[in-house]
Amino acid sequence: MIEHVVSISLENVVGETAKMKVEGYRFVTLSCVEIDETTVDILYHFDKDFQLKHLRLTAPKDSPVPSISPVYFAAFLVENEIQDLFGIRFQGLAIDYDRTLYLEEEVKKTPFCKYVVIKTKPPL
Amino acid sequence: MFEMTPTIMRNFIGKRATRRYPYVVRPAFENARGVIYNDIRSCTFCGVCAAKCPSQCITVDKKAATWSCNPSACVYCGVCAESCLSGSLQQKCDYRKPVQEKEVIFLRGEINNNHNIPMAMKNE
Amino acid sequence: MSKTIIPFGPQHPVLPEPVHLKLTLEDEVITEAIPAFGFVHRGLEKLAEIRDFHQMIYVVERICGICSMIHAMCYCQGIEELMGIEVPPRARFLRVIWSELHRIHSHLLWLGLFADSFGFESLFMQCWKIREKILDIDEATTGNRIIISVCVIGGMRKDISPEHVNWILSELKDVEREIKRLETTIMTDYTVMKRTVGKGVLTGKQAYELGLVGPTLRASGIAQDMRMLGYAAFNEINFEPVVETDGDCYARCKVRFRETLQSIDLIRQAIAKLPEGELAVKAKGRPEGEVISRVEQPRGEVFYYIKANGKKNLERLRVRTPTFANVPALLAMLPGMWLSDVPVIVLSIDPCISCTER
Repeated sequence: MIEHVVSISLENVVGETAKMKVEGYRFVTLSCVEIDETTVDILYHFDKDFQLKHLRLTAPKDSPVPSISPVYFAAFLVENEIQDLFGIRFQGLAIDYDRTLYLEEEVKKTPFCKYVVIKTKPPL
Repeated sequence: MFEMTPTIMRNFIGKRATRRYPYVVRPAFENARGVIYNDIRSCTFCGVCAAKCPSQCITVDKKAATWSCNPSACVYCGVCAESCLSGSLQQKCDYRKPVQEKEVIFLRGEINNNHNIPMAMKNE
Repeated sequence: MSKTIIPFGPQHPVLPEPVHLKLTLEDEVITEAIPAFGFVHRGLEKLAEIRDFHQMIYVVERICGICSMIHAMCYCQGIEELMGIEVPPRARFLRVIWSELHRIHSHLLWLGLFADSFGFESLFMQCWKIREKILDIDEATTGNRIIISVCVIGGMRKDISPEHVNWILSELKDVEREIKRLETTIMTDYTVMKRTVGKGVLTGKQAYELGLVGPTLRASGIAQDMRMLGYAAFNEINFEPVVETDGDCYARCKVRFRETLQSIDLIRQAIAKLPEGELAVKAKGRPEGEVISRVEQPRGEVFYYIKANGKKNLERLRVRTPTFANVPALLAMLPGMWLSDVPVIVLSIDPCISCTER
């Protein structure tokens, strides 16, 4: 029952969000949902005059996603959170905690993935 | 400059805002959510309380006719008492006293074959 | 000039909850502030996998220890939308009453902590003394002081009796009188003005671009309040968002103070219109689909994304709490401020760290 969803791909993540910014949308948050062993859904939520608009990105787990924090600075926190909990890496983060926002440095697990993926080395 | 002074003076000469707790105890409100009490004689060991408890602090064994509750894990939401079919589980309005050691409430009832049918259905 | 790095928190006298700030200073002036989290991360969203969707109400209530009922209301609203349940009118008005009671006690708690952040101890104590009356109302009507567990999917579990209504109205009168006595102190006192005016200024444009929510955004002149969406019964009562334009700590303080008084008025309106009728409708079946639910908390907009697949457990529950959105404001406000202003500025966004990390 989510309305106004636009599907995007890894190439035009930053471009589409920049367009949203030009249109005067306020950044709300990102939601990450695990689909299966290899892919996740990342939803970008934006709000303008109480109307929500969403961008849906279906990304593979092992390749880094371009960060939108250069466009919307506020996104750095939630991107770091997804990095911690799902193990998805974001490229070009404004402030990169390198998976230590919530977790300890030695933690290699991705706690929110149902199918546990051990990250031996960050794929950046 | 001295806007707060009248309030302070009023508090100074007025009634105390606090009680001298161990000597003066306020009676609990009528429907305050306090200790869980199970009248084991009328308990049918149906296990609804254990299934509904959000903190999963209740365990029911139907075969052995035992009911146990870990009050340290209980969140006092009152769902179990509300959903009890036989009315044996009640929530009293008195709060649980602090303890030095954690303990588990363990109750054993009679094994009765009639108890296999929940009370509500038996009446029909 | 040489740089100094000062760690602020996680244990600090003014911080109600653990958050760490790495402050880079030149002399006494901050040049950079980097927050660090992870002291109270509990992974409550993950619990959706092992608790069923009815039990999750009591889990989401425990995300925040101050605005707990509003979390539960937001979650129930989302599930109700998924299952197509129409909440009875009496339950909708009761939701307004209890959520506004939570707003009052949260703002009073914040006013106290804010006063404490610049060392005004007597104002701090006075605010918390008034707050106790609101907590008593919660306890007498629901049974618990803060985590009141009244929302269920399809309505409410508890009712307010007519005797309680009269008692609530008389208590609210006392509370209003006591709060109004503090008005001159909070609005004009020399100490308050000296420590808050012109500190941590955010313009409306800045605040909007940073994605801020709640009083932090409204203090910068943007009238954005999720209660304008008309959830629960807010579409049937008179409501205007409180807006200030200065964008500094003082404006945020004024917004919250005025909202406290406004909430008392909203409760009176809701009580006057409280319809008779049933409390809850039975929730049959299981939720399926994706939904977004938003309500206004004392700290701002809370955002729930729920994905269900027709099973007992939800597939994903994602919570974006207001403080999570307000943290970037700290990074924008702190540079250029003095070290002695840090507590006031940090407190001015009303940080709730256990909300942020969940």
